[in-house]
Amino acid sequence: MNSVGKGVIKKDAMALVTGQPVYCDDLAPKDCLIIKLLRSPHAYAKIRSIDTSIAKRIPGIEAVYTYEDVPTSRFTLAGQSYPEPSPYDRRILENVVRYVGDEVAIVAGTNEDCVDRALKAIKVDYEVLEPLLNFEKSIDNAIVVHEEDDYKCLCEIGNDVKRNIVSSGESVVGDVDAVLKDCEVVLERDYHTKANAQAMMETMRSYCYIDTYGRLNCVSSTQIPFHVRRILSNALEIPKSKINVVKPRIGGGFGAKQTACCEIFTAFVTWKLKKPSKIVYTREETFAASNSRHEMKMHVRIGATKDGTIEAIDLYTLSNQGAYGEHGPTTIGLAGHKSLPLYNHVKASRFTYDVVYTNTMRAGAYRGYGATQGQFAVESIINELADELNMDPCEIRFKNMTRENEVLSQYYNEELNACALDRCLEKAMEMIDYKNKPLRRDMGDFVRGLGVSLSMQGSGISGLDVGSVEIKLQDDGFYTLSIGATDMGTGCDTILAQMVAECMDCDVDQVVTSSLDTDHAPYDTGSYASSTTYVTGMAVVKACEKLRNSILEAAAGFFDVDKEDIEFDGKKIYTLDHTHEMSLADFADTCFNGGIAKALIASDSHMSPTSPPPFMVGIAEVDVDKLTGEIKVHDYVSVVDCGTVINPNLARVQAEGGIVQGIGMALSEDITYSNEGKMRNRNFLQYKLPTRVDVPSVRVEFESSYEDNGPFGAKSIGEVVINTPTSAIASAIKHATGVQVRTLPITAEKVLLGKEDE
Amino acid sequence: MLRIMNYASPESLDEAYALLTKNKKNMILGGMIWLKMEDIQIPTAIDLSKLGLDQIEEDDAEFKIGAMVTLRQLETHQAFNEATCYVFRDAVKDIVGVQLRNLATVGGSIYSRFSFSDVICSLLCLECDVQTHKHGRISLEEFVSLPYEKDIVEYIYVKKTNLLSAFVSVRRSATDLSVLNASCTKYADHYRFCFGARPAIAKVYNCDLDHIDLDVYCADNMRGSKEYRKKLVEGLTQKLLRKVESYVG
Amino acid sequence: MLVKIKVNGKLIQDDVQPQTLLLDWLRDRGCYSVKRGCDTANCGLCTVLRDGTPILSCSTLTVRCDGREITTLEGLQKEAGEFGMFMAKQGAEQCGFCSPGFIMNVLAMEKELVNPSDDEIRAYLAGNLCRCSGYMSQMRAIKAYLSRGENHE
Repeated sequence: MNSVGKGVIKKDAMALVTGQPVYCDDLAPKDCLIIKLLRSPHAYAKIRSIDTSIAKRIPGIEAVYTYEDVPTSRFTLAGQSYPEPSPYDRRILENVVRYVGDEVAIVAGTNEDCVDRALKAIKVDYEVLEPLLNFEKSIDNAIVVHEEDDYKCLCEIGNDVKRNIVSSGESVVGDVDAVLKDCEVVLERDYHTKANAQAMMETMRSYCYIDTYGRLNCVSSTQIPFHVRRILSNALEIPKSKINVVKPRIGGGFGAKQTACCEIFTAFVTWKLKKPSKIVYTREETFAASNSRHEMKMHVRIGATKDGTIEAIDLYTLSNQGAYGEHGPTTIGLAGHKSLPLYNHVKASRFTYDVVYTNTMRAGAYRGYGATQGQFAVESIINELADELNMDPCEIRFKNMTRENEVLSQYYNEELNACALDRCLEKAMEMIDYKNKPLRRDMGDFVRGLGVSLSMQGSGISGLDVGSVEIKLQDDGFYTLSIGATDMGTGCDTILAQMVAECMDCDVDQVVTSSLDTDHAPYDTGSYASSTTYVTGMAVVKACEKLRNSILEAAAGFFDVDKEDIEFDGKKIYTLDHTHEMSLADFADTCFNGGIAKALIASDSHMSPTSPPPFMVGIAEVDVDKLTGEIKVHDYVSVVDCGTVINPNLARVQAEGGIVQGIGMALSEDITYSNEGKMRNRNFLQYKLPTRVDVPSVRVEFESSYEDNGPFGAKSIGEVVINTPTSAIASAIKHATGVQVRTLPITAEKVLLGKEDE
Repeated sequence: MLRIMNYASPESLDEAYALLTKNKKNMILGGMIWLKMEDIQIPTAIDLSKLGLDQIEEDDAEFKIGAMVTLRQLETHQAFNEATCYVFRDAVKDIVGVQLRNLATVGGSIYSRFSFSDVICSLLCLECDVQTHKHGRISLEEFVSLPYEKDIVEYIYVKKTNLLSAFVSVRRSATDLSVLNASCTKYADHYRFCFGARPAIAKVYNCDLDHIDLDVYCADNMRGSKEYRKKLVEGLTQKLLRKVESYVG
Repeated sequence: MLVKIKVNGKLIQDDVQPQTLLLDWLRDRGCYSVKRGCDTANCGLCTVLRDGTPILSCSTLTVRCDGREITTLEGLQKEAGEFGMFMAKQGAEQCGFCSPGFIMNVLAMEKELVNPSDDEIRAYLAGNLCRCSGYMSQMRAIKAYLSRGENHE
């Protein structure tokens, strides 16, 4: 292959490294009204009244809106295909505020200064209510987070809003209780993961303006332009035909921008005032008033024989949704469906769950999307089981792991076409010289431990999400590829162009990728759920096939021969007997002039019936200081099976970046709340991302497999890469110190003081 | 949001002090790292940049460090670090990054007396004096105990002692604030230990060479519990002793 | 207050408010490479050079730059392109939002440190956060960049 499998430089690379103005706030018109939001200082309160009269009189203020001014329809901000599984449980503004940071009023003015003054001048009379902050006490609590009677669910999600239950359900294979009763060894443990922040470097932001045709244009740093169009239509109660959503370059997303946090505010202001407006969330707002990973508590029981054959796993997961239901019913599914299938040979398994409301910031999507949490629990208990049995953690996995061609009972009975998990583990062991190292080594001042973890994810949402592309042959024989997928830095604009180049036998430079806006791009559900390479990539392959075919058909007309007698090698079109030949450029020009330009356009879309899992193995080598408990990841090796690697450079950086986010989740990133329900870790001073000093060595290799349903055999890579560090590091620390920490993050304090479950 | 009504860059310390005391909300600008996060209004912000306080001077007995010297200037000053066993460099190397340390000033760090201050903890184990407009030259230990008042830190003096010193700290991640910081100097007849970020500000604890018995007051905050800090006092004491006893230029 | 500041070689005279932060002032003058990533001086995205020294423009008053020279990535296009190509070859730029501040600091480091070790590089750049890359590809790019030309001599 000429283009697929090559480390092609990203198409936007030079613009980004030279600092060109390509992001949302760089592009916003200078005369935009500045919008800021007044936010609730209370975790739960009813607004008795709001006095905005003084604020409105401040020079420069154009509007102050409260719940009395906005439409009353409920909707969800979750970027999901219609009908969304997330409940319709919010308005633009409401007379009830459900977490510290919930929006109370929208202020728009000509400059930041007057808007700041206006925010301080608004007087709100709150009836402060007792908040529900502990998610373990949410179900059937006297405090009900959503009491409104126009609350609405579009899908069957096991919702019981009066009991604070967003979603509940179970997935059962065999009789777990019966099997566990007969197991020689049974472990029962609780694990707890926190509401990590996605912490992309560009905070939430958008701007809006009205165009020549009176339509609302929303430019947003979003992963989901087409879903934003629907969300705005729902929120503003205007038809989708009145809305165009534009995605510029995005400064990272990791799922955070799969929820339309800020667009409703700019859209509402601009639609009302017919003036351009913009909003740029501060870092603090992005932490405390957008969305985060779902905090989860997981209760696991595992049963095995004494020789380490795992016979049953029972997983109960409680997920903290926070104040609004975005992504609640869907993230939870991955906690079980993407952890239990790693051990598919069990006689029985059960996954039960509840997702509950509390008066904390709403959770949403974050890379890994529930799988990260579930795998921390399942992989940790596998490690604990191995330790209990005095068995090597790699050996227990070789004995029990899922292999190629199996039917996965906890994964919708999908058949596993491509799985190199066993080879990934072998290679990772080689990389770190596993066989020559004990799990615990005394290094003098510190102890060094080894820990292992497996992981899987999906590739797109099967049977639902759609990727579409349109490819055109242009003058001079270059191609334009229009996509609705959203490159958020990951490089999908380039990766999809590589696929076009492969299909059309041309250089990647000959393919121009444009992802314009919802008016012009073909419909795509967006870049999330590890879908772009796998789902949209397949649409590329299909559209290229069509384009090739129509090129041959048109050429057959020009040459007056049968289509079957024509060859197209990417540069020229010719008959097999070489009596006719035409360069691609001449062919394109002829088509334009001859009025058969339709021959030059092909489009297709793709929806995958399956969601083939990529796999990954991580092995952590971790040092723990004997005197202070300080933890340092000395080395982290990992091997990824993402099917065929389309762009090894970009795949590697995905893996390295995901691993370091996982290391952050394991060791330093914590979200805690005050007793009054105010988030305490609301900036980079209190929420600690790993710096480059914290992670000296992360090494990544690939083991390829071939997924028949993916483009060129590819599966996904974007999310699986975040999952292994938490349990691998926890186990390495256990081996080093004897302390198995089950509540993240694993701090030096917990290790030194032996606080395993705090 | 920080609002500044007037900006003044006086030509003399007396002028600066007069401006400072003119309105109780007037303030001296240090490196502005913390100040710019405040939501306050300052009638007159006073910049000492024109007063030549950005120099490190040295004679046979001591270093004289202007209040506007940046952390980065001091951490890269070879003679100063060699004379003080690199305690200052060790203390500030984890303070966010060079861009920040190119702004943050020694005087600002001292005046602010933040309880987590690595700067104060490291200088406190040295023979360090502070010269303020109001108090003249007093020991850093004394200055740290003073209440906040209208004053200008002008110079910091660090004596050349030929004693061995060390600084260590524990952080939850590389550039975080310290969970606990500690420093130590070995004298002929005793150790001078300092513990800061307890979470209270650094404090001096002297003890005999052969009988190390430290009762360091600790408490809880977001970064660590009292119980953990108590353990860290023991651990960091051992680390300090190892560093001091094994120090090679 | 009236200030004269040289920005990327061009002298700009302006009447600025005392509280105007250099970051906002530079963006208003079209230096869009300068980004804000946090409110707490932790991220390094806003790094610019003042008289050649890397500083955080988010924590610097514009008035404190009177009479001084500020350089942003707009003024270092050639250098940015040269180092940037090493980044691009690794895919290290990813979303690119932290790239300008990061590259400013790399270029400052190149001038300040002689033959830095890996640990010295990490320490110098510790104040530049990146959420996409996990830093490894940035390190590969830096090392390739610093040793450029070595093979040709």
